[in-house]
Amino acid sequence: MQTQNSSVPSLLDHSLQLRWSLPVLALLAALPVLASLAGDTFYVGLATRILIFALAATSLNLILGFGGMVSFGHAAFVGVGAYTVAILMQSGVISAWAAWPAAMLVGAMAALLIGWVSLRTQGVYFIMITLAFAQMLYYLVVSLKAYGGEDGMSLAGRSTMGLGVNLGSDTHFYYATLAILVVAIVLITRLLNARFGHVLQAIRENEVRMTAIGFPVFRYKLVAFMVAGALAGLAGALLANQGSYVSPALMQWGQSGMLMIMVILGGVGHLYGGVLGAIAFLLMEEVLSHYTIHWQLGLGAVLLGVVLLAPNGLTSMLRRKGGGA
Amino acid sequence: MNTILILEQMLNGLQFGLMLFLLAAGLTLVFGIMDMINLAHGSLYMVGAYLIATIAQATGSFWLGLGFGIVGATVFGVLLEMTVLRRLYQRDHVSQVLGTFAILLMCNEGVRMIWGSQPLSLNPPAALSGPVELVTGFYYPAYRLFIIGVGLLVAGLLYVLIAHTRVGMQVRAGAANREMAMAMGTNVQRLFTAVFGVGAALCAVAGGMLGPLLAVQVGMGESILILAFVVIVIGGIGSIRGALLGALLVGIVDTAGRTLIPPSLGYLVGPEAASNAGPAVASILIYVLMAAVLFFKPRGLFPNHG
Repeated sequence: MQTQNSSVPSLLDHSLQLRWSLPVLALLAALPVLASLAGDTFYVGLATRILIFALAATSLNLILGFGGMVSFGHAAFVGVGAYTVAILMQSGVISAWAAWPAAMLVGAMAALLIGWVSLRTQGVYFIMITLAFAQMLYYLVVSLKAYGGEDGMSLAGRSTMGLGVNLGSDTHFYYATLAILVVAIVLITRLLNARFGHVLQAIRENEVRMTAIGFPVFRYKLVAFMVAGALAGLAGALLANQGSYVSPALMQWGQSGMLMIMVILGGVGHLYGGVLGAIAFLLMEEVLSHYTIHWQLGLGAVLLGVVLLAPNGLTSMLRRKGGGA
Repeated sequence: MNTILILEQMLNGLQFGLMLFLLAAGLTLVFGIMDMINLAHGSLYMVGAYLIATIAQATGSFWLGLGFGIVGATVFGVLLEMTVLRRLYQRDHVSQVLGTFAILLMCNEGVRMIWGSQPLSLNPPAALSGPVELVTGFYYPAYRLFIIGVGLLVAGLLYVLIAHTRVGMQVRAGAANREMAMAMGTNVQRLFTAVFGVGAALCAVAGGMLGPLLAVQVGMGESILILAFVVIVIGGIGSIRGALLGALLVGIVDTAGRTLIPPSLGYLVGPEAASNAGPAVASILIYVLMAAVLFFKPRGLFPNHG
C-alpha cells in the first residue's frame, strides 16, 4: 500500500456516517418515549428484538462482508451464548457482568475451534463445513436433557446489572441493548479502520497475494472469526434475556440462513448492512404476518425480488438514489 | 441374533444411502457444472412427494401416482430453472443462497396453502407390503427391498448415461471446466436445463420411495437437503462417483450410529444417560464424518479437477 495523506480516507476505511446515523440513533433513543405516548409498548419489545438481531447480523457481516468468509453456521454462536447465560443462571450466576462476558468468551472459544478446522477449506466447502459444525452444536444442545433438551428451558428472569439499571423493565433492557449495539458498531469501525481491518479486507480481495506478501492469513481470518463469534455470543445472551427462554431452535440452520439473509439484504460489506438488514427483515416479517398466515410466501417473493433487482442489498439502492458512483 | 441385527441395519443403511444418492446426484451436477448452490433442491423432493401422494390417493394406484408425480416434478423443476434459477448462475454464492432460500420459503408456503399443514399419507403398493424371508429366520420388508432395487437401477442408469453417452460426456466436461466445454461447442444452457430436469425427476423418485416410510409434510425437504449437501461435500462436488460413495457412507454411518451408539454408550455412561444422549450423538456422527473428511481432504474424496 502506498503512503498517503492521512486526511484522505483509504478505500478500506469505513465512516460512521454520523450525518445520518446520529439522527437515526436519536430516533431510536426516543422510541420508548414515543411508544409510551402512543400507549403501545409492544413496539419496544419488537425494537429490542430487531436491535439484538442487528448485533448478530453485524457480527456475521464482519466475517462475511469484510473477511469474505461465507459462514452458514453463525446461529450456532448465538445459541451458544444464549445457553451460556441460561446455564449460568440455573446455577445461580445472575449478574450480567459475569454472564454476558462469559457468553462472549464461550462464543469466541467455539469460533476458535470451529474456525481452526473450517478455515482450511475454501468456497462452498467452507459454507458447508460451518453448517456441519452448527448442526453438531444443535444436536449437542438437543441432547442436553438437564437443560431442557429439545423443548428448551425457561429462565428464572433476566440478568441483573446493578448501577440503577433494572433489566427486568423492557425499557431499561431496550436501552442496554441499544448501548451495546452502538458500542459494538463503533468498535467494529475502529477495528476495520485499523491495520487489522485493512489486512482483513485485503485478504477478502486477494488471499493468494496476501499470503505471498507474507501475511499470516490464516491467523488473521481466525481472529476475525473469533471476534464475530464473541459478538454473536453476546447477541445470544441478550436474546436469552429478552424472552427469558432458550431452545435449540435458536441454533437451527434456518436461523443461520436468516442471519445471512439479513446481511445480504442490508448490504454485504457495508458497515450498517447488518443493522439495515435486520430492521428490514424483521419489520417485513412483522407486517406481512399481520395480513396473512401465509406471510412466508410474500417474504420469499420480496427476497427473490431483492436478489434479482438489487444485487448488492438495500444500501446499494440507497447509494444509487443518492447519485454517488 | 446379532448378525441378523447387523445385516438388517446394513440393508437399512444401503436403502437410505441409495435414496440420498438420488437427491445428491442432481445436486452435485448442478453444483459442479454451474457452480450454483441450490437450497431449493429439497423443495423439488417435497413437491414430488406431494404430487405422488395426491395422485396415488386420487387414483388409488401407487404406480400411477409415481409415474405422473415424477413427470409433474420434472416439469416443475424445468420451469423453475427457466424462470428464476437461470438468472442466478453468474452471481456469487451469497446471492444464490438468498435466492434459492427465497424459493424454498415460497415452495413451503405454497404447499401449505394447497395441501394444508397436515401430513399426507402414502401407502406402499399392496403387493410389496409384506415381509420377505431373505435367509432362514431373517425377514425384511419387501418394500424396503424394492427401494434398494430401484436405487440400484437408477444409479446404474445414471452411470450409463453419464459415462457412456454423448450427453453424459458433455455433462462431465461441463462439470470439469465449464468455459472449455462451452468453447468446444456444448450448449451449456440447454444442457443445464436438462440436468436440472433429471435432478428434479430423481428428487421425485426419492420422494415417492421414501414417502411411505417418512411423513409427506411441509419441511420434509430441508432435513434431507442438509444430508444431501453433506453427501456431495464428502464425495467432492461435481463427482457422481463421489456422490454415490458419500451417500452410501452417510446412509450406513447414520443408520448404524442410530442403532449401535445408544447400547454401546450404555456401557460407558450407564443406560439412562445413554438413552438421553444416544440419539443426539448418533445425529452428530455424520457431521463429524464430514468434518474429518474435509480436514484431511479439503475438496472431498473425489475432487473434480477443473
